[in-house]
Amino acid sequence: MTTMTTRAGPSREALSRSPGAMDGPAPRNGKHQESGPDGERMARGLGWFSIGLGLAEIVAPSAMARLIGIDERDNENRLQAFGVREMANGVGILSQPKSAAWLWTRVAGDVMDLAALGAAYNSPRARRDRVAVAALTVAGVTCLDILAARRLSQQPARRAAADGHDSRIHVVKVVTIGSSPREVYDFWRNLENLPQFMEHLESVQVLDGTRSRWKARAPAGSTIEWESEIVEDRPGELISWRSLPASEVLNSGQVWFTAAPGSRGTEVKVELRYDPPGGKLGVAIAKMFGEEPGQQIGSDLRRLKQVLETGEVVHSDASIHRGMHPAQPSAAGRGETR
Amino acid sequence: MKANCWEGKRKVRVEEVPDPKILNSRDAIVKITSTAICGSDLHLYNGFIPTMEKGDILGHEFMGEVMEVGRGVKNLKVGDRVVVPFTISCGNCSMCKREMFSLCENSNPNAWIAEKLMGHSPAGLFGYTHMLGGYAGGQAEYARVPFADVGPLKVPAGVPDDQVLFLSDIFPTGYMGADMCNIKPGDIIAVWGCGPVGLFAIASAYLLGAERVIAIDRFPYRLEMARNRAQAWETINYEEESVLERLKELTGGRGPDACIDAVGMEAHGHAAIYAYDRAKQAVMLESDRPIALREAILACRSGGTVSVIGVYGGFIDKFPMGTVMNRSLTIRSGQTHMQRYMKPLLERVEQGEIDPSFVITHRLPLDQAPEGYDMFLHKRDNCEKVVLSAN
Repeated sequence: MTTMTTRAGPSREALSRSPGAMDGPAPRNGKHQESGPDGERMARGLGWFSIGLGLAEIVAPSAMARLIGIDERDNENRLQAFGVREMANGVGILSQPKSAAWLWTRVAGDVMDLAALGAAYNSPRARRDRVAVAALTVAGVTCLDILAARRLSQQPARRAAADGHDSRIHVVKVVTIGSSPREVYDFWRNLENLPQFMEHLESVQVLDGTRSRWKARAPAGSTIEWESEIVEDRPGELISWRSLPASEVLNSGQVWFTAAPGSRGTEVKVELRYDPPGGKLGVAIAKMFGEEPGQQIGSDLRRLKQVLETGEVVHSDASIHRGMHPAQPSAAGRGETR
Repeated sequence: MKANCWEGKRKVRVEEVPDPKILNSRDAIVKITSTAICGSDLHLYNGFIPTMEKGDILGHEFMGEVMEVGRGVKNLKVGDRVVVPFTISCGNCSMCKREMFSLCENSNPNAWIAEKLMGHSPAGLFGYTHMLGGYAGGQAEYARVPFADVGPLKVPAGVPDDQVLFLSDIFPTGYMGADMCNIKPGDIIAVWGCGPVGLFAIASAYLLGAERVIAIDRFPYRLEMARNRAQAWETINYEEESVLERLKELTGGRGPDACIDAVGMEAHGHAAIYAYDRAKQAVMLESDRPIALREAILACRSGGTVSVIGVYGGFIDKFPMGTVMNRSLTIRSGQTHMQRYMKPLLERVEQGEIDPSFVITHRLPLDQAPEGYDMFLHKRDNCEKVVLSAN
């Protein structure tokens, strides 16, 4: 249903162009300055290291578990999952050795590994001496990852922009909903409806005809607030907004409502750009734990579709919980869990 | 309540879990009388489909009595006897309106996971991974049924559970397998797999006008059931003879007009090719073993149809696309669009055209679900279909 890009945001002028104009990837001119050979060489080394480690974790999880001193049976599946992550990361680095983004993802992976080792250290079945050595090794590799990522990040800004990696997040998501453009517009324009389907929004308070106050949950249990104003409002077609200058999270976006061909209702297209709290590292860590912004907005649009087509957000036994929960009823009701 | 929960590879356990509650206004709570173990549950049991969590309640073939309805359910009332389809469909989205119910766009709250693996998400299913919704299944005493105004089929009091239980999945699934073959008078259909879905595919091919149906399996007792209970015209034991050679012999060299794969991702086959796929699957270079599917494609008459109702989870290797393209084959597939078939098939049962209980070989109480899985997996005691009684 959707497309998502994380890349350098176009200028404010680009924002006012037609929707279609923004679909292509950021241009690559191929002429930008070569990155520091040091950073790139390190990146390639770390890429191959990722692939080697990943392969070992996938093919021989029990041997790996013994090596780092954790319980084999408890951790085989987890090691294999970590292995898949390592492989993907390694391939990512090697395919874009000039970009720091995959290295920051490695840093986030290191944080995850250290957290897992910390938990394993406290397990009664762990061999603590080995776990400690493993943790020290990971900490060393983390330093290398940060060093390489910083070297690559310190390239001239135009390089980063041309490669399509910037701390500013840019997301485009689309969904088709079986209602008329005017119906979907009306629902959205009543901004206080938004928390019904935008999972991370706690509330939207309308202040006047164009201004509103937003409160959202951020990763790791914190909340963020900002004020927003509608800068363009075409009933049944388009709403465009941006945060007011004093906001904690600078963001701007637009939503288009276009009749879908074949009487299929409305194509709702959202474009959003913002500077996430914590910058690039914040995005990389959020990605690892499934809070990637593109995914959030995609899921929010699905929920909007559910509300408009079926009358409410659809729940399963597992989906009413934050984080993983087995697919079985919970003792607490829906209200207490979410 | 008691429920049969997935606890890891080859491990299920009947546990005490909280009773289900109404979570959405179009929900109903059903007190389960009969529930069954499906061949597709064995893919979960064997750990081949990702995104299962310890504690997930299994089961997607169940029926029972309505105990409670949400305020949005107008067509059911407390006390109604219902069969519940294994797919969850909203009835409002563009796919449901086109009667492609298993592609419902609104019933999978975890659609984003399915999207990563499959590009787009299909409907949510009961008791079948978090990727397909994270819904508790029906191998339990009670179940929450979402969109109860669209899914469950009311059944009259006079018809016993055994005759209508399989309207929840395997009878419509076998029937859709045959329906997708677009059967014309004189057609010969070959069915790979004589598990319960395969048997229903054979019986349904005849209901839809097939001239002859050929059944393929490796267990003599299953081939015998295909012959004696589903009236297969001929059977082939692939461990004893070459399927491709024998099919040519039985079809005047043409090949079957349509082939139905009722096996899916954990197929067995001759030693070398089985070892090849088993090894690739073990190191995750392919997630599914498409041995039956490859054979069905090679066997099919030029211009014929290959209908795939066996479950596949991910990716396959050595797919003979060259034969599909050069010989104008049509491949059709899908999870069953249940609501299309349940009512017409109930009518066929009521009119005595078919008695679906012919597939049942074992009955156990819900408490013994783990024994049922083990027996079904290892085909012990000529096990074909296990029905569990819940209340």
